Amino acid sequence: MKIELQHIHKSFGQVHANNDITLTFESGQIVGVLGENGAGKSTLMKILSGYQRADRGTILLDGAPAQYHTPLAAIQSGIGMLQQDPLDVPALTVIENFIYGQPGGALLSIKQAEQQLSVICQRLGFSLQPNAPVFSLSISQRQQLEIARLIALGVRALILDEPTTGISAEQKTLLFNALRTLAKRDSVTILLVSHKLEDVLALCDEVVVLRAGTLVGNARLPVPQTELVRMMFGQVFAPQERPDVPLGNVVAALNNVTLRGKRVTVSDLNLDIRAGEVIGIAGLDGSGQELVLRAFTGLVKPRRGQVLINGENVTGKSYVELIEHGIAFGAAGRLEEGLIAGLTLTEHMALVKNKTPFIRWDIITTLTQNLLKEYDVRGGPQDFIERLSGGNQQRVLIALMPEGCTLMALEQPTRGLDVDSARKIWGQIMSRRDRGTAILFTSPELDELLTYSDRVFVAYAGHLYDAGDAKTLTIDVLGRLIGGDFNRPEAVAH
Amino acid sequence: MKNKIWLQAGLVLLPIIISLVVTALLIIAVGSNPIEVFEKSWEGAFRNSTSFAGVVNFWIPLALCSLGLVVTFSAGMWNIGVEGQMLIGAIFASWGAQFVILPSPLLIGLEILLAALGGMAWAALVGVLRLRLGVHEIFGGVALNAIANVLTIYLISGPWQPPEGGSAQSTAPFPTDALLPGISNEFSVSALAIGLVILGFIALTIALRGSRWGLQLKATGKNAVSALLLGIPTQRSALSAFLVCGAFAGIAGAYRVLFTYGSLRPLSSGGIGFLALLVVLLVGTRTLSALLTALIFSIILGGSTRLKIALQLDPSLAGILQGLIVLTVLLTNGLRARLLGNSAPTPTVDSPPFPTPEGAPHG
Repeated sequence: MKIELQHIHKSFGQVHANNDITLTFESGQIVGVLGENGAGKSTLMKILSGYQRADRGTILLDGAPAQYHTPLAAIQSGIGMLQQDPLDVPALTVIENFIYGQPGGALLSIKQAEQQLSVICQRLGFSLQPNAPVFSLSISQRQQLEIARLIALGVRALILDEPTTGISAEQKTLLFNALRTLAKRDSVTILLVSHKLEDVLALCDEVVVLRAGTLVGNARLPVPQTELVRMMFGQVFAPQERPDVPLGNVVAALNNVTLRGKRVTVSDLNLDIRAGEVIGIAGLDGSGQELVLRAFTGLVKPRRGQVLINGENVTGKSYVELIEHGIAFGAAGRLEEGLIAGLTLTEHMALVKNKTPFIRWDIITTLTQNLLKEYDVRGGPQDFIERLSGGNQQRVLIALMPEGCTLMALEQPTRGLDVDSARKIWGQIMSRRDRGTAILFTSPELDELLTYSDRVFVAYAGHLYDAGDAKTLTIDVLGRLIGGDFNRPEAVAH
Repeated sequence: MKNKIWLQAGLVLLPIIISLVVTALLIIAVGSNPIEVFEKSWEGAFRNSTSFAGVVNFWIPLALCSLGLVVTFSAGMWNIGVEGQMLIGAIFASWGAQFVILPSPLLIGLEILLAALGGMAWAALVGVLRLRLGVHEIFGGVALNAIANVLTIYLISGPWQPPEGGSAQSTAPFPTDALLPGISNEFSVSALAIGLVILGFIALTIALRGSRWGLQLKATGKNAVSALLLGIPTQRSALSAFLVCGAFAGIAGAYRVLFTYGSLRPLSSGGIGFLALLVVLLVGTRTLSALLTALIFSIILGGSTRLKIALQLDPSLAGILQGLIVLTVLLTNGLRARLLGNSAPTPTVDSPPFPTPEGAPHG
C-alpha cells in the first residue's frame, strides 16, 4: 500500500511533536523510521495507526484520503501496528487471540481459522501451536502471532515499534525474513521504528529521520552508519566551557551490585561518584540504566552487593530513608512519577518543605514564590502543576529537591523539552553541582551526555561500560558503543 | 460567561429534576398519584417532632460514616468495609453496656471509646490486607463485613443471649445507665451524638484542609507513586485514613445500639455504611456537602416510612429515588466535564496503586 502523509501537525501542550511532516511510503518498501527519544516518530506512527489524531494534515492511502480515528478503523483501512509490548490476551490460546477482531461474530469457525493461521505461519516461517496459551509464548512468538493476526485481517501496511528489543539474534533473522517476504511478495509496506541502527541497516530499503518533531532526512540505503548518526543527532555541539569543579571524596558507590529488572538483569556492577562529579549513562531504552539510578535511591533493592552513601552502608534501605541520607530522585515521567496532577505548586512545596503538623500556608506560599523566581518557573503558587509546560514542571521538580543534597539521580532530565528549556534546566543542575552535589543522569541524547558529563558510561544488555572521560569521547564512538560495538581499545568492560 | 452560569445552575438542578420525574413516572405506573406521594413523604419527615426526630436519628450515624469515608476517599480508597466497622463498633459498645459498671456519663464515654477502637481495629485489618498483602480493599472489606455479621449473630445466640433464651433476635435490653439520653420524649434525639457529629466535622475539615496529614492523604490519593517519590510514607498515610474512618464508623455503630435499638441486634448497622458510600460518591472530599447530602438522604428515607401507612406503597420507593439521584448526579458530572471542559469533582472508582517502597515505579 502506498501511504502519503501531507503536512501532519501534532502538538502536546507546548511541544510540537510533529511539525509539518510530509512523506511518502511506497508499496512494498521496508522503511526505517529513525530518531532519538522525543523526536516525534512514535507520535507519527500513532497517528498513522489510529491511536492518535493529527491536529492538521492529510493521510492518503493508495491515493485516496483516509479518515480514521481508532486503531480498529486503521486496521480496516489496511494499517496495523505491532506495539512494543504485544497487545494480546495472555489468558487465551493462540487461536483465540488470532480470531479476535476478525469479522464473523458468534459464528466463528475455529477450524477455518486454524487453517488460515497455519497457511500464514508456513509462508512466513513462524511456528505457532494453535492451542498453546499465550502466556507460555516467548516475546518473539507473541510478535509472530500479532503479525499473523494483522495479516489475516487484511492489513497492507505494518508498523513495528522496536520489534527487536528482547529477542535473540536467531529470532531476529526469522522476523526479518518474514518481513522481507511480506514486503517483496505481498507488497506490504513495512515501517520499522527503531533506534538500533544495525537493524535498520540490515533490513530496510530506505530510512526517514525525525528530529525534534521535523523530518530531517530521507535516504535510500545503504548509507554509512556515521551519516545516520549525524542525521539523528544533528550538529555535534562543542562541549560548553564550564568551570572544572575540583572533585571531592567518593559520596556514593555501588559495590558488586546485582540488580534485577523486568527485562534486564545488571550484574556485578561497580560505580563510584565523587562530590561535584557529573556522570552520564547512555544506552538504549531498557538496557539497565534506569536500574542503576534506582539502586542508588533505594527504589530497586540489590540482589547482591552493597550501596554506600557517604561511606555508610545503606543497602536495603527504603527510598524515604535514603532521602534522609541526602539522595534526590527525578523520574523520567514527571507527572506520573514525581509531581501530582491536581495539586498546586504551593501544595507540592508544602508536602516537601513543611515539617510541622499544621501547615503555615502563608510561609509556604512565600517560600514557593521565592523558589519559583529562583528557578525561573513560569507559573503562580496557586497554579495546578499539570497546567505548566514540561520545562516549568521539570524546574519545579528540581526546585523541590533539597538544597545541598549529596546525590541527584535524574532520569532523562530534559525529556521532551526544547533546546532553550533544556539549557535552563542544566544551568540549575550545574549550579547544584558547583555546590558539591554529585549528579548521576541518563539521557538518550548523545550531545547532552557529552556536554554535561565528566564521565560517561554506556549501558548495554545489562552491563555498564566505562566510556571514559567525556572530553575525549566523540559522538561517533558513543553512538557505536550504544549499539553494542565494543571493539575499541578505549571501551573497557567494567 | 453568563451562559456558563446558567449552564452551571442547570447542571445542579438537572439530576434532581430527572430523578423526580422518573420517580413520578414509576408511581404513575404502579397506579398512584405522584403529587400525593410527595406530599405524604414530606409529611412523613416533617409532620411533627417525632417524625423529624426519626430523620435526625438516621442522619447521625449516616453523617458519621460519611465523614469517615471522606477521609479514606481522600486517600483514594473505597472503604466498603465501613458496614463491618460499624458492627464491630456496635459489638464493642455492647460489651461495655452489658458488663461494665460505672456511673452513667463515664460508662457512655467508655462505650464510645471502645466502639471507636473496635472500628479502628476492623478498619486496620482492611488496611493491612490492602497495603501489606495486596488484597483489594473492596474484597477485604466485603469479607470482613460478612465476618462481623456472623460474629454479631454468634454473640446474640450464644454468649450474650438474653436470660430467657436465645432467639437470635437481640441481646437483652441494655440498662438505662448505659444508653445515650434523649433530649425529650417528643424529640427523642441524642444531643451528645449531634455534638460528636459537629465536632468530627470541624476537626476533619480543619485536618483535611490545613494539616500536613490531610495534604499527605490528598497527595497519596491523587498519585501514590509520585507521593512516595516526594518522600511521603504513602502506606502509613493510607493506613491512617482507614483508622480514622474506622473510628467514625465504630461510633456510628455504637449510636445504633446505644440509642436507636438499646440492644445489640443482627445487622445493627442497617445498611447505613453502604448508603454513606453513596453519599461520598456524590460529594467526593467535601465535608460540609457530606453532612448536607446525608441529611437529604435521611429526609427521603424518613419520609418514605409514611407511604406504607397512608398509601399502601412500599417504602423501597425511597431507595429508588436515592439510587436515581446518585446515578443522575454522576451522569451530569460527566456531562459537566464535557461541556465546561473541567474535570468533574466526583472521582473515579479505580484505586491508585500502592507502591511498596521497593516495587514502586519500575522502568
